[in-house]
Amino acid sequence: MLGAYLPILLLVIVAVGFGLCSLVFSSLIGPKKISALKLSPYESGCEPVGTARERFSIKFYLIAMLFILFDIEAVFLYPWAILYKKLGVFGLVEMGLFIVILFVGYIYVWKKGALEWE
Amino acid sequence: METLFFAIVSLVAIISAILVITCKNPINSALSLIMTFFCLATYYVMLDAPFMAAVQVMVYAGAIMVLIVFTIMLLNIRVNATQKHSHRILLGSIIGFFTLINTIVLLVKSQAAKPVGPFTGDMIRNIGHSELIGREMFTTFLLPFEITSILLLVAIVGSVILAKKNI
Repeated sequence: MLGAYLPILLLVIVAVGFGLCSLVFSSLIGPKKISALKLSPYESGCEPVGTARERFSIKFYLIAMLFILFDIEAVFLYPWAILYKKLGVFGLVEMGLFIVILFVGYIYVWKKGALEWE
Repeated sequence: METLFFAIVSLVAIISAILVITCKNPINSALSLIMTFFCLATYYVMLDAPFMAAVQVMVYAGAIMVLIVFTIMLLNIRVNATQKHSHRILLGSIIGFFTLINTIVLLVKSQAAKPVGPFTGDMIRNIGHSELIGREMFTTFLLPFEITSILLLVAIVGSVILAKKNI
């Protein structure tokens, strides 16, 4: 039964193994000539202007919140898609109702300008 | 083989769960929490519930973790901001200990660990877990399913009202 998930297990093992091997071998084989300049953080060749731990805008949080809500909506679509042919018109109508109610929310978010980055 | 795999996954789950509460840096705690969620998803797979595993990874390890990481960044928690609260640790340990004893007693005394209800393991394997969930959700629990959309609508409106400066 669990044999069907063997490819996923192999993927996890390869991914973890690749990460671990890269870290272990680069620390074992790679030369270590540490200087203050080498250890300083850099991003695309720019000098850091401050700490990365600045306070984030609430706008990110709003987008994340809306993402979760529409993500949960999408979760309900998966079992519906499996049963689509068996449920027929009945399933179409009930999922249509579900989507319409959430679409009202989507229009609300859009009209209030919550998706705009001001 | 399956027992060994279960033991390995459980070990990883417990270690990452301990790391969640012992890490000094909150971002490291969040990363450990992702690992715990993935271990829980593995449990769902072993319980013949692949849909729950997918939802666990998508919603919890994906969306909820984004929220937790954003919360850490919003509150701007410093690495050394966490202080020792020994009395709180003691209180939490006592509550956790009694919860554990309660759970063990419940599992040993009752039939909670045994499969009950009309859905047997063979049935789930033959028909498919996602299909059984869908069939129940779209027929028996039709009204709660539709009410869920209203609940999500309320959450959408609420988050916009809370986070938006000038509506």
